[in-house]
Amino acid sequence: MHNMFVILVRFEEINRKLSNKCYSTIIIWVIIMIEMQEVYKKYPNGVTAINGIDVRINQGEFVYVVGPSGAGKSTFIKMMYREEVPTSGTILMNGVNLAKLKMKKVPLYRRNIGVVFQDYKLLPTLTVYENVAFALEVIEAPQKYIKKRVMEVLDLVGLKHKARMLPNELSGGEQQRVSIARSIVNSPKVVIADEPTGNLDPETTWEIMKIFEEINNRGTTMVMATHNRDIVNTLKRRVIAIEGGKIVRDEQRGEYGYEN
Amino acid sequence: MFVMSKEVNTVMKISTIGRHARESIKSLSRNAWMTFASVSAVTVTLILVGVFFVLMMNLNTVAQTVEEDVQIRVHIDVAANKHDQDTLKAALQTIPEVKSVKFSSKEQELKELVKSMGEEGKAFKLFEQDNPLNDVFIVKTKKPTDTMKAASKIEKLNFVAKVKYGQDKVEKLFKFIKASRNVGVVLIIGLFFTAIFLISNTIKITIIARRREIKIMRLVGATNSFIRWPFFLEGLWLGILGSILPIILISIAYYRAFDYVNPKLEGTFIKILPFDPFMYQVAGILLLMGALIGVWGSLMSVRKFLKV
Repeated sequence: MHNMFVILVRFEEINRKLSNKCYSTIIIWVIIMIEMQEVYKKYPNGVTAINGIDVRINQGEFVYVVGPSGAGKSTFIKMMYREEVPTSGTILMNGVNLAKLKMKKVPLYRRNIGVVFQDYKLLPTLTVYENVAFALEVIEAPQKYIKKRVMEVLDLVGLKHKARMLPNELSGGEQQRVSIARSIVNSPKVVIADEPTGNLDPETTWEIMKIFEEINNRGTTMVMATHNRDIVNTLKRRVIAIEGGKIVRDEQRGEYGYEN
Repeated sequence: MFVMSKEVNTVMKISTIGRHARESIKSLSRNAWMTFASVSAVTVTLILVGVFFVLMMNLNTVAQTVEEDVQIRVHIDVAANKHDQDTLKAALQTIPEVKSVKFSSKEQELKELVKSMGEEGKAFKLFEQDNPLNDVFIVKTKKPTDTMKAASKIEKLNFVAKVKYGQDKVEKLFKFIKASRNVGVVLIIGLFFTAIFLISNTIKITIIARRREIKIMRLVGATNSFIRWPFFLEGLWLGILGSILPIILISIAYYRAFDYVNPKLEGTFIKILPFDPFMYQVAGILLLMGALIGVWGSLMSVRKFLKV
């Protein structure tokens, strides 16, 4: 219900904007994927990481989250995959309120999102194939489907031929691609990436970004925290800048805005 | 909407069980030293528990055989002369339930009494001049259950002053056995928890090494029960492995002990439990206890890592 209402409001807004620019009526269906309302997060040690955030991210958007270290970027991202719970406020992920999500439901929620980290978080004792299949085994998908789907996503990230190798036999970029494959194997609606290129050289970084673009083109919402100004300034997308636990800037096709 | 309404499968698929079993066995071999430590902890505990258990079960049987050895003491009327006593003896022997009749004079009785009282018994020596006790026939019945019946028949005979069949002594023995049994149970429970503590600590170390794995599992949406299963099985294997050596050792020891002790007990009323059904029961109990200790220990240590 809530979603529908918001959709209608957004729909009108867009139409107004469009008609001002003298376009004829174009119907654009917008679904809000992530919505934060008056979100505060204070850690038990007294640090206030998030100090009142309101934001909306639509389905299919590609969003960079930028800002200096310790500005609350990481907490912002962590709250999206329910690693942290806000002290107050509402976080709606496609209509599910994460602030009130019961512990038991957390695993079920996480099956609908993909998360990518700076340090890949692969299991060193499992092969590339097993690392990706892991995410499907956990939800007890049929073996046949697992085989088909894992090879599909490994193909997408270009690692089909290295399926039998162990993570430490791969380069950093390849390991990150495995981790991306794992994050999308469940066909999530949102992929959340926390500094995914932080450990990679520029060339590899672009390979990774190409994969993210591809995932986004297929309709998946992308939220990516980054320190890489080249990426932000080249692949122009929506930029949300966080400083002191607040959103200080939110622009479509924005700039990185900080000296590196 | 996200697919939130789809509940977690309560019935596990066979492939999933297979996966958990594989994972748990892999983990045992990967953490070989920890496996060794945990298995040793279970082994030591179960050896102690097993020895206690075997001793207690035998004590129980001894108690039972003692119960079956109750005798009837027939106090002879002081007015009875030698002839009367002989008739009474003959009468006792004609009772069908009676196995044997033994005479014990009042002097013998007094000596026994003095002996049984120890230091304080010396006071009774004064009675040597004028013995207030009766001569006694000690009657044994063919079956312990016949004691009451025989006693009531004896009471009706001539020259019988009193009939006693030492309930109090049997009760005393039972009190002792009951006390030792309680001590044994307390000791076994104590050992049991020590072993759980040891196991949960050793498994905790292996889990700390696997914290990363658990974290990643949680990240990709594994439920707590899914994460717990391999650890549950790992604990089970540890417990079962730990119970093998105690079962073998106790079986061999009991076999030898039985061969050694049993011939010496021949002719007495005391018996110890034969190897055949008893050791299989002990083996089953030790296996069960090992499994319980292992599972409990591992689940306790994994619990901590499943929060948040």
